[in-house]
Amino acid sequence: MSIQRASRLTPYVFLAPAAAVMAIALLYPVCYMIYASFLDWNPSQRIGEADWIGLRNYINLLSDESFHESFWVTLKFAALVVGAEMVIGVGLALILDRKLRGMSVLRTIFILPMMIAPIVVGLVWRYMYHPTVGLFNRTLADIGVSPVPWLSDGDWAFASVVIADVWQWTPFIFILSLAALQSLPQSALEASRIDGASGWQQIWHIKLPLMMPVLVVTGLLRLIDAFKVLEVILVLTNGGPGLSTEILALRISRTASEFRELGYAAAMANYLLILLMVLTLGMYFYNKVIEARAVRLRKAAAAAAAKEEGA
Amino acid sequence: MPEIRLDGLKKAYGHVTVIEDLNLQMEDSEFTVLVGPSGCGKSTTLRMIAGLETVSGGAILIDGKDVSQLEPKDRDLAMVFQDYALYPHMNVARNMSFALRLARYPKAEIDDRVKKVAAMLDLSPYLDRKPGELSGGQRQRVAMGRALVRDASTFLFDEPLSNLDAKLRGQMRAELALMRQRIRKNMIYVTHDQIEAMTLGDRIVVMRQGKIMQAGSPEDLYGQPQNMFVAGFIGSPPMNFLPVEVGDENGRITLVGSDLQLALSNAVAARLANHKSRSIILGVRPSHFIRDDAGSIDLQIALSEYIGAQSVLTSELCGRPVHVEVSALKPVRAGEQLRFSLNPDTIHLFDPETEAAL
Ligand SMILES: Nc1ncnc2c1ncn2[C@@H]1O[C@H](COP(=O)(O)OP(=O)(O)O)[C@@H](O)[C@H]1O
Ligand SMILES: [Mg+2]
Repeated sequence: MSIQRASRLTPYVFLAPAAAVMAIALLYPVCYMIYASFLDWNPSQRIGEADWIGLRNYINLLSDESFHESFWVTLKFAALVVGAEMVIGVGLALILDRKLRGMSVLRTIFILPMMIAPIVVGLVWRYMYHPTVGLFNRTLADIGVSPVPWLSDGDWAFASVVIADVWQWTPFIFILSLAALQSLPQSALEASRIDGASGWQQIWHIKLPLMMPVLVVTGLLRLIDAFKVLEVILVLTNGGPGLSTEILALRISRTASEFRELGYAAAMANYLLILLMVLTLGMYFYNKVIEARAVRLRKAAAAAAAKEEGA
Repeated sequence: MPEIRLDGLKKAYGHVTVIEDLNLQMEDSEFTVLVGPSGCGKSTTLRMIAGLETVSGGAILIDGKDVSQLEPKDRDLAMVFQDYALYPHMNVARNMSFALRLARYPKAEIDDRVKKVAAMLDLSPYLDRKPGELSGGQRQRVAMGRALVRDASTFLFDEPLSNLDAKLRGQMRAELALMRQRIRKNMIYVTHDQIEAMTLGDRIVVMRQGKIMQAGSPEDLYGQPQNMFVAGFIGSPPMNFLPVEVGDENGRITLVGSDLQLALSNAVAARLANHKSRSIILGVRPSHFIRDDAGSIDLQIALSEYIGAQSVLTSELCGRPVHVEVSALKPVRAGEQLRFSLNPDTIHLFDPETEAAL
């Protein structure tokens, strides 16, 4: 009996170190942050000295124009980059999913941007966006087009950060879509060719529907990531000009360091956390639904086979 | 229905030639079966006809028109795949109607056709189900249904029954044979199972290593195999091959083996004019041994397998294992000694070098 019990405990023993690290590195700061969000806390105070103000930070945020603006910028940014990345990434995968010579090299080149540290991506793009010596404006000047205020005009700056993010993260969608495409049932695609489907019809009626589970999860993963983006925008625009590119992560960091309102920043971070939790739960339930459907199909198939046996 | 002709068809993958110089004519509304061991190039041939595989040489002619460069959809054919190849995200009705929907048929006609075919295949209760919810046999019928709804002029089947268990396979084979009588269309059917080939085909094409060994009616192939490969492939249990010498016994041509002597009729003997005193291969179907207490073939039975109406006996003759098929009415036990005779008109003779029939 004791051996049985020991073997039942074994997995937990192996999990313990990871659980301890999680508790210290993740759970502790999160609890700390949740606690801090109920305080009126200034960095010069120790946390014990800060005043407990209950939900006041959360309530104030609801009517804070700058927070609204920042939230809106974040939503717009996330929706735009994920939308563009999905379209371009899936499109590229559909185009490059074929046996051509040199394709493996091309695929490797395509996924390089994803491997570069975000800070470096920010620096490279800032250089390329430079108003006078940047690659873009010099090229435009060469063909006689007047320079574009890439980072100094609000709308252009927003577009610029979107472009940089799309450049970096489209490969992520691309490789996952390509993997999904290559695991599609080949014979079903052949059957559709015989049934008279053109290339487009194959994509629309067979490939995309069958890739959908992967695409949904990929999109949600990217969305979660896009809500947390910080480094590239920090380096490119630091949120400006004005509030045009000030995404939530930047706003939170500024509230803490510049405005010295730690509790307020914590409450803001918690709103973001809630949003991400909703997305994560959405992904979780989507997976559950897909799994449940697979189980239901298998059961029905088994029942059908059993009935056939009996007949 | 059109006539299909393969004209010197070739297929190579890099340096490996899989099909070489295939010539075959399939008459109007004929059920042609391509049969042969696994890897002999049956699927490749069928897929070239379908347009799923490019052609390395030669031509595929449908009604005299070379279609070998056309897209599959422009060849007016339907195909049933070995793994069914159903669209997993569409229900049965949508699977069956996919081609018609792409071709923009009126909705009423699509519904009508799907209902008719579903009724014919006993699929009516399952029209709303996804393929994942169906048993293997039902999926198989959906695959058939999807091809039938099309009303294409040619049907291609690539081992459609090989993923089913034995009982279901027999059942589906019978259903196919019935369906075949109702639907007069060109059908090209690939299988490695000679029983399927024999029961379904108007014409059977036996292939080996990318070449046609013989093409003909089931009766032709069984009765007059042109070579040892076909002789051994068609028929179950397979034909026995025995090494014998061509001898001359007082002017009568006789086959002589280590424990066998068989005097031939004049007609058969005439075929051996050029093979006097040479070694040849005698082919005897297991069912052609005649139980005969006065017979000259004396067999020690090593194994007796009772398979219902027949028993298959295993013994040894001319130094080779032989199978003998006898009626199971008189039970035979292993270890018994039995005598048999042969009707010289039922035997087959082969050249040991070329393996061709003599
Ligand atoms: N894509 C391919 N590349 C290289 N060889 C192939 C390919 N497809 C099939 N072959 C070869 O062609 C031969 C015939 O294959 P196939 O037509 O599938 O045989 P069958 O259907 O008669 O079992 C096999 O030896 C197989 O290995
Ligand atoms: Mg095959």
